[in-house]
Amino acid sequence: MAGEVSIEQIADEMYQLVADSAGQKKLKATDLTKAMTSKYGDQVSKQDCKDAIKMLIDSGRCIYGYFGGSSIEIPHREGSEN
Amino acid sequence: MSDDLKTPLLDELEKGPWPSFVKDLKQMASKKPMVKDLLRQLEKSYRDKRGYWKHGGLVGIMGYGGGVIGRYTALPDEFPGVSHFHTLRVNQPSGWFYTSKALNELMDIWDAHGSGLLNVHGSTGDLVFLGTVTDELEPTFRDLTAKDWDLGGSGSDLRTPSCCVGPARCENACYDTLALTYDLTHKYQDELHRPMFNYKYKIKMSGCPNDCTAAIARSDMGIIGIWKDDIQVDQAAFAEYVDSGMDIQGSVVDKCPTGCISVEGKEIKIDNSNCVKCMHCINTLPKALRVGKERGAAVTIGAKAPIVEGALFGSVMIPFMKMDNFEDMHDLIERIWEFWDEHGKNRERIGECVERIGLATFIEGIGLDPVPQMVKQPRDNPYIFYEEYYEEES
Repeated sequence: MAGEVSIEQIADEMYQLVADSAGQKKLKATDLTKAMTSKYGDQVSKQDCKDAIKMLIDSGRCIYGYFGGSSIEIPHREGSEN
Repeated sequence: MSDDLKTPLLDELEKGPWPSFVKDLKQMASKKPMVKDLLRQLEKSYRDKRGYWKHGGLVGIMGYGGGVIGRYTALPDEFPGVSHFHTLRVNQPSGWFYTSKALNELMDIWDAHGSGLLNVHGSTGDLVFLGTVTDELEPTFRDLTAKDWDLGGSGSDLRTPSCCVGPARCENACYDTLALTYDLTHKYQDELHRPMFNYKYKIKMSGCPNDCTAAIARSDMGIIGIWKDDIQVDQAAFAEYVDSGMDIQGSVVDKCPTGCISVEGKEIKIDNSNCVKCMHCINTLPKALRVGKERGAAVTIGAKAPIVEGALFGSVMIPFMKMDNFEDMHDLIERIWEFWDEHGKNRERIGECVERIGLATFIEGIGLDPVPQMVKQPRDNPYIFYEEYYEEES
């Protein structure tokens, strides 16, 4: 961790970003990383962001999706499956 | 084949001298009902002149963002057997060397969990399992990993590194492509399985400029074996070619792109300073000519197929680097990713990024000095000013 912001906190904030944009915009790992580094500056490193995304994915809170590019999403049943 | 499978258009593809995938599909359809629906849908596509697949989605393995390509039929009521028909990319061994035992393991796993259909190999390099349902993804992955296999890349990640057979089978290999592929695959596991880039990033390794993996055309980063010194010549072997009646002038000398080969009697002379390493003479006279002794690799950046923008060939970034260890390569790769991460746009390949921001900015950003080999064509912009010019002026 680079500063006072914990990986858990970054993960929670990333999760909130993904949840807020669900159905409107598909966020990529780079979008989440840029959002955190612009918010916290030097307090958050890219590696912190990678670790936070890993935490979100490995816990199952988020999953990867692919629609012309990879995105990070809240698990849901997709339309094409129906 | 059952009577309910009528495929007159596909049947046409079985005619003629070449093996047909339709024949394979029909054989598998007798064992796997989902393949029957695959054939029916394909027949309908040929008849209607349109595809009926939906691609992408959320399917995957827990923790992985790559390796599974979601695929669904757009007509699930008509073709329920392919309502899910997902593809798995299995990370191939370096150079595509398998044992019979390994292939049998893979076939058993796929017979148990999927359609039994394969693509060996896909253009990415992976061995591709074609067609299974969502519920079978995790069991397939579990069985694969139990036998030490893993999934390859897909989506916006590092795609499965791929290489030619290299020094295992080829005397032209200028570095150990197999070892580098193995090294990169293991070092960049996170980048391979967890999409974190703007878009896909492909690395292909060819041992010599014959470029059997087509790295110059199909990889964001091509690492192509090359030599720095002179082509090795065995004049006695060359004399044997002459004595055999081979048309040396027409087959070799006239085809040298830089005209740097001449023949005097039974002796071949090569002006190595003008050789562009096209490999034609070495390929044509393999007993007489060999690649040089000072070997390494050239690195090209930016090749891609036409997706968002048009197709690009790779451009030389590093004309020669020794390949004694791979640390310099790791350093280069990570500097490129760092730059691309900072400056690239969503769904923009590295080649497109370089085109947009300019080569000068790119090489400065990744810490490379400009060299003549980077020049692709004479410049068409006359308004180029150098810092040295301003320094002199002031």
